[in-house]
Amino acid sequence: MVKEAEVRDPLILGKDVTYHSITEDVCRPIESKAGKLWWLVFGISVILAIWGTGMILYTIGRGIGVWGLNNTIDWAWDITNFVWWVGIGHAGTLISAVLLLFRQKWRMAINRSAEAMTIFAVIMAALFPGIHMGRIWLAYFVFPVPNQFGSLWVNFNSPLLWDVFAISTYFSVSFVFWYIGLIPDFATIRDRAKGPIAKKVYSLLSFGWTGNVKAWVRFEEVSLVLAGLATPLVFSVHSIVSMDFATSVIPGWHTTIFPPYFVAGAVFSGFAMVQTLLLVVRKVLHYEHYITFQHIELMNRIITITGSIVGVAYLSELFISWYSGVEYEGYAFLNRATGPYWWSYAIMMTANVVSPQLFWFKKLRTSLLFSFFISIIVNIGMWFERFVIIVTSLHRDYIPSNWSMFHPTFVDIGVYLGTIGIFFVLFFGFTRLFPVLALNELKSILKSSGEAYRDKDTGHH
Amino acid sequence: MTKEKFIYGMYNDDDLMIAGIKQLQAKGIHVRDAYSPFPVHGLEDVLGIKWTRIAIAAFIYGITGLTLAVLAINYMMIIDWPLNIGGKPNFHFYQNVPAFVPIMFEFTVLCAGHGMAITYFFRNMTLPGLPARNPHPRTTDDHFAIEIAAKENTNFSKEQIEEMVAESGTVAVFEKERIVKFL
Repeated sequence: MVKEAEVRDPLILGKDVTYHSITEDVCRPIESKAGKLWWLVFGISVILAIWGTGMILYTIGRGIGVWGLNNTIDWAWDITNFVWWVGIGHAGTLISAVLLLFRQKWRMAINRSAEAMTIFAVIMAALFPGIHMGRIWLAYFVFPVPNQFGSLWVNFNSPLLWDVFAISTYFSVSFVFWYIGLIPDFATIRDRAKGPIAKKVYSLLSFGWTGNVKAWVRFEEVSLVLAGLATPLVFSVHSIVSMDFATSVIPGWHTTIFPPYFVAGAVFSGFAMVQTLLLVVRKVLHYEHYITFQHIELMNRIITITGSIVGVAYLSELFISWYSGVEYEGYAFLNRATGPYWWSYAIMMTANVVSPQLFWFKKLRTSLLFSFFISIIVNIGMWFERFVIIVTSLHRDYIPSNWSMFHPTFVDIGVYLGTIGIFFVLFFGFTRLFPVLALNELKSILKSSGEAYRDKDTGHH
Repeated sequence: MTKEKFIYGMYNDDDLMIAGIKQLQAKGIHVRDAYSPFPVHGLEDVLGIKWTRIAIAAFIYGITGLTLAVLAINYMMIIDWPLNIGGKPNFHFYQNVPAFVPIMFEFTVLCAGHGMAITYFFRNMTLPGLPARNPHPRTTDDHFAIEIAAKENTNFSKEQIEEMVAESGTVAVFEKERIVKFL
């Protein structure tokens, strides 16, 4: 047996960790009662969620007029939030799928919660195309269903339709990937469950998982194939989302840099959100031995790399806006930097370009507090990036008489805060009912990458 | 629903289980299956269990998805109701293919992924509502079990098999019945 822990830093810390202790550690939050802290943050999230649901129902009931949109700026917070949430979702898939393909064992401590984050983020994202339509009861129009209008079909040339297929595929395949990974872990909880309700619920959730050899063979192959399918999904979905802008004629939108720029930005913001969530989870659930400093540092490195790609994309946008000689494109960027929305551009540039570069310093990228602080800054910065792209390009495009300003209403803000509330309701619920770490996968790397076995002589092989 | 009785040996370590299996096989016993909380490296080779063809199935589902997408888009956008959308060519499918690629790709992935997942659930017989068939609750925690069928090892008596299993490093040996067929 090749003990990686002898050459690299161990991925599971602790000198007396055994398979059973891993089971105990992961099942503890599920089998024990929630503490006051959990009820507090869950309660706040529920309040935000109820408020947001009310705002959404108000929008559907009264119409899009309750938002701050006008004839000039017809996409603002709605689409900013949509792209922000989809971008956040991509990190989970990247951690589960891409890191699996690259055989990065460090993914095992973080993939379950990162994928959960993806599922919940994509649900939040999918809300926005739905509610921004206005007549959401006609939402089935987006699907190519035979109908009585001569069979009026949807437009397969349009990125707005590509979005429909891309987001539905991305959500459903990510969900399946996550769930298939959860099944053996649910089986562990089922076999330990003492209460009759817990036993029934986890029996149902575990689908009767047995753990025989052929089942595990199929599990490994399915994980590999789903990872191979999910990886191009990450790239295609966010490229398609970027095409919502790139295939238009709006200055500041119509640029070929968008697909790689958006994909890198999605991974960037997604990893920042994973950091925000996991830095809290590891502290509260006492998982410091599983989500180690190494994990935090590796994620910070990915944030630096993708942040640099985003920074380079910003610079190429600026360069091309001048080099193209197209006066509208040139003005679009001059306006971003010096016009009435200069402050949002400044926030975006500082948060997204400057802050990830600070992680070149080892002291900063291994500091938990600083990592948490920067992850919040990046999340805010990436929201502003989408806001800048959408609103500043729309508010002053070709015809000056159409120039206008955007002012969010309390409904715009309420819906956004509401989606944050719903997301945390789902996530905090996840931390109490589902295994937060990939329980059985961690066992499979204990002997090769665990500190406990590094110094032990296994005597076999 | 058919049930059958099998002999089980429980080990508390995966390496011990592999060593135990090899020891029993050297004595001429056929071990038919093993239960573990995580995939044990090399276990399927030691037991002579074939690898899965589910990836091939996924590929076939993907091709099916791609074909369906191409046929559907061709029918809707070229044959049934071609529209002049921004001057894009709509007389032949191949002329407008670049615009159709995203949806063709997404539908391929959708069919491949979900087709494979459904096949996976049915092949493993893991579906909502089905009972678990592992011999001991600790095989999903930290123990490893091997399964031996007495009727596949007719040169030995049941007592002889149980004795040999007990000598191979197990912490427990027992006989248990489980569901073999659901329908």
